[in-house]
Amino acid sequence: MTGKTNPLLRTAALPLLIAVFAAYPLLVSSYFVDVAFFFGIYVLLGLSLNIVLGEVGLYDLGHAGFYAIGAYTTAILNTRFGIPVLVLLPVSALTAGLFAYLVTSPIIHLRGDYLCIVTIGMGEIVRLALINNPFDLTGGPNGVGGIQSPSLGFLTIDSSIGFYFLVWVVVGLSIICLRRLQRSRIGRAWNCIREDEVAAQAAGIDVRSYKLLAFVLGAALAGIAGNLYAAKLMIVSPESFSFWESCLMFCIVLIGGMGSVPGVIIGAAAISLFPEIFRGFANYRMVIFGVAMIVMMMFRPGGLLPRRRGGAEARDLVRRLWRRNG
Amino acid sequence: MRVFLEQLINGLTIGSFYGLIALGYSMVYGVLKLINFAHGDFFTLGSYLGYTLLVLGAAFMTTHLGLWGGLAVAMIAAALSLALVGVIVERVAYRPIYPAGRLPAVVSALGASLVLQNLIMIVWGPRYQAYPARLIPNLHIQVGGISLTVLQILILGISFLLMAVLYFVIQRTTWGAAVRATALDRDTAALMGINFNRVIRFIFTLGPALGALTGVMVGMYYRQISFTMGWNYGLKAFTATILGGIGNLPGAMFGGLILGVLEMLGSAYLSTAWKDVFVFLILILVLIFRPNGLFGEKIAEKV
Repeated sequence: MTGKTNPLLRTAALPLLIAVFAAYPLLVSSYFVDVAFFFGIYVLLGLSLNIVLGEVGLYDLGHAGFYAIGAYTTAILNTRFGIPVLVLLPVSALTAGLFAYLVTSPIIHLRGDYLCIVTIGMGEIVRLALINNPFDLTGGPNGVGGIQSPSLGFLTIDSSIGFYFLVWVVVGLSIICLRRLQRSRIGRAWNCIREDEVAAQAAGIDVRSYKLLAFVLGAALAGIAGNLYAAKLMIVSPESFSFWESCLMFCIVLIGGMGSVPGVIIGAAAISLFPEIFRGFANYRMVIFGVAMIVMMMFRPGGLLPRRRGGAEARDLVRRLWRRNG
Repeated sequence: MRVFLEQLINGLTIGSFYGLIALGYSMVYGVLKLINFAHGDFFTLGSYLGYTLLVLGAAFMTTHLGLWGGLAVAMIAAALSLALVGVIVERVAYRPIYPAGRLPAVVSALGASLVLQNLIMIVWGPRYQAYPARLIPNLHIQVGGISLTVLQILILGISFLLMAVLYFVIQRTTWGAAVRATALDRDTAALMGINFNRVIRFIFTLGPALGALTGVMVGMYYRQISFTMGWNYGLKAFTATILGGIGNLPGAMFGGLILGVLEMLGSAYLSTAWKDVFVFLILILVLIFRPNGLFGEKIAEKV
């Protein structure tokens, strides 16, 4: 890529990172292990919205709706039918993905802010429906409680450390998949749509299908986050899936940098760790948070770690040409 | 029929609130293409300022100004303060950012909303506040079998007056022409000698002032205000903006009125709990069939 990074550092970086992650829960109190768990959940949510917003540039401010569908699928199927939570992980992903397919198919042709308001409406409809307890399924404002802990048969995950590893393993797998997706034909088609939709269409990209695919995959990943969240808290209630939650995901993607996986991680860290760090400021905490958002956008409007793919590739090309001619 | 007409009036009342807030969204969107998430909080802040003025000044007002004079002073003072707040927020949180593009501005707007909302909570406390009851006469009037309150008539009157004034300002004055020109084509407008920053400042005076007036009226109508109400009203008003066709001012007013009437009829004939679901479903249906809103013009694709 850049070629300037020390090769030893590059090969050592990943094992080092894994070692730090493995050692972390052994070194800190269980409270901070929980903080790291929720950090992981926000990374998943950020990655899931990043597919829709970051890769394809679709304004989605109702992503908490998909997250809620995943969480409630797990909660209801587990408490009603006793299906193990880990089995429900893919089920939640499928349900959220299917839901996304059904609700976004008729609206996928909307542009920019019109799509934005429709996704807000969709998210609000999900939240209000959960509060209104349709068919006595969702338990109204109190939500659904008594969700079992995930179990692998011989090993039951019920400690903070167990959940920490579960969520970060899922994060790791998601990142591997997403990075491969980014470099695939699909990822390039997505980015092409983001940069210029008309040009993408002219180049023969089936814009509608690729946009739908982004929504379905994004929702599925949010559904997985919902499953893990439900398993950890053992109770889900509508207030966890408010419009504000969608706004936070939006901020994660934009603070980190659109379409950038490391950016999403940084963004999620900012969103989930910031309130912890400034806990001492009590009421002023959220004021500081708001000011930080404004200041961040003033100095780094492209996010903290914007994706460099285009730039790096162009530099590579220039270097190669230089070598051949010189 | 009587129930229908009464609900229609109730719907028009809250619809005029949505419409007035929507005007603020629509003006900012028209010129900056920015969804000003802080706008709902301008409205809340206006409501709280009106509350404080009415509570603190109650004794003074009733002796020196009379009830109507007191209300007028409270509303105008809230509007002027919010015009100032709007200009400050624009200067601090938006102007340095909007050259960088639309999405960073959205984050900044969310940040500004968070700051305003939490400052309101710190100053006035997290609990509900109640507007003074005895200031506002609770008189009922029977018109053709329909029961109306004086307050409702007052609110509808003020709202329609404000909408008419704004329409006049935008359509008939030089300032309004500058706003419309900038919304149409910013660069060409600048070449014609229109100062972009002054247009923005003008919009951020008008919008928040209208929001504050609405806030005081909402306080008088419902009597209960909370620091988070800006989210809900803001969301509805933004929905109204889109329903009417974004950036289209009469569209925003009608969008608000339609939304309010739908909400009230929905809660009267369907169910109160599902009324917001009903509203959002209508919005989605409208956008599926008219992707540019009810009154939005079809804009040709730019290639």
